[in-house]
Amino acid sequence: MSLPTLPDAEAQCVALAELIRPKLQPDTMLVGIHSGGVWIARRLSELLGLPGEIGLIDVSFYRDDFGEKGLHPQVKPTSIPFEIEARHLILVDDVLYTGRTTRAAINELFDYGRPASVKLAVLADRGGRELPVCAEFCTWQVELEESKELVLEPDPSGRLQWRCVDHA
Amino acid sequence: MHNPQLNAHGELNHLLSIDGLPRDVLTHILDTASSFLEVSDRDVKKVPLLRGKSVFNLFFENSTRTRTTFEIAAKRLSADVINLDVARSSTAKGETLLDTVDNLVSMHADMFVVRHASSGAPYLIAEHLRRTGRDDVHVVNAGDGRHAHPTQGLLDMFTIRHFKKDFSNLTVAIVGDILHSRVARSDIHALGALGAAEVRAVGPQTLLPTAIERMGVRVFKDLREGISGCDVVIMLRLQNERMNGALLPSAGEYFKCYGLTPEVLALAKEDAIVMHPGPMNRGVEIDSAVADGPQAVILSQVTFGIAVRMAVMSILAGN
Repeated sequence: MSLPTLPDAEAQCVALAELIRPKLQPDTMLVGIHSGGVWIARRLSELLGLPGEIGLIDVSFYRDDFGEKGLHPQVKPTSIPFEIEARHLILVDDVLYTGRTTRAAINELFDYGRPASVKLAVLADRGGRELPVCAEFCTWQVELEESKELVLEPDPSGRLQWRCVDHA
Repeated sequence: MHNPQLNAHGELNHLLSIDGLPRDVLTHILDTASSFLEVSDRDVKKVPLLRGKSVFNLFFENSTRTRTTFEIAAKRLSADVINLDVARSSTAKGETLLDTVDNLVSMHADMFVVRHASSGAPYLIAEHLRRTGRDDVHVVNAGDGRHAHPTQGLLDMFTIRHFKKDFSNLTVAIVGDILHSRVARSDIHALGALGAAEVRAVGPQTLLPTAIERMGVRVFKDLREGISGCDVVIMLRLQNERMNGALLPSAGEYFKCYGLTPEVLALAKEDAIVMHPGPMNRGVEIDSAVADGPQAVILSQVTFGIAVRMAVMSILAGN
């Protein structure tokens, strides 16, 4: 398998917003998973013209590999600046892979209350699921070898772009 | 040199003293603590990080406040906490410190939080665990003799960083019974590692350790001189038992010379903050008008102390 052609991440954000738009409820709130998901959630919030702040979530305190890997060296504070009880939430991440990050994020969200629903929006789905998780909104299905990692990051001008890293 | 606190990968395995810890380890703990602050504001004040782990509070010396803050921190990490009043049980029956430790390790302890009147007791336990091949069990020093109180030092640094942002231009005065204070020692080491511009030790001759200048501090025997122009004032508790030891004439006399009153505090910078590790002796080392005044951040220290201890325990448990 060779390296995939990497799409324009900013254009993907626009496409993702259009997928979400018809399903928006009056009280839908976005929650971005650090770091990639937060950048995308900020784009979506702007593109969809949502009022209010987005939620930010860092799942480091909820990861299931703490026993093997220890605490992530750069933990960011979680911040959910709105009441989530009975709200419709869209969890936003850059890449969906094993589903473990999503599981951790859902657990963390439920420590803040009981949302009416939680949906998942991602830019990329690279398969390889280890848990029964699927994204309701997704712009890119991609197959990758296990040693490869998709990394989303802003370039110096702040535009989001993909990079493919090989750990082999 | 072998640092008994670090594992083979240079990660923190025990927290015994701030002395000898690199700046990036300290900064990492403080950064992690910032993320834990928010957990205590939630409806469910708990994260599952240490679920299933057993934390033993081994307090050979009484300290309800420190023990409670460690207990709260461990519980907010979902650990099981066992409080052992060892001073009144095993030790009283003649069991040695290391026998007590071996027994608790056999009960599958994952972490010991140790308070002991003898300097070096937590180090002794950490070395014993290493020799017996139980490096997977972690030790946190919750105060040993006159030696160190690293989590108090760290929470003091967290507090200073929270209010002052940067250490490089700060003048910090530590005032009072420096001779008997493990907090003072931990603060001096931490301020040095984090690059504070000037650290002052202020107190009467009888309560200043000899050769304290070698720790890189400026010594002041006059409170007014010592406070002048400071950004941060750390008041230390005057332990009542010191009065009997002929080190001081009386509490009233001490307050007259070294008590922090609004008039004396006015000599510090206008935006100076006042800290105290607690418990306070109002009217002995600190005037109520200062303790309850707008510059006091003493209760913030208590709140931050929980987050800092959560950070320390989770970093150790993950290494």
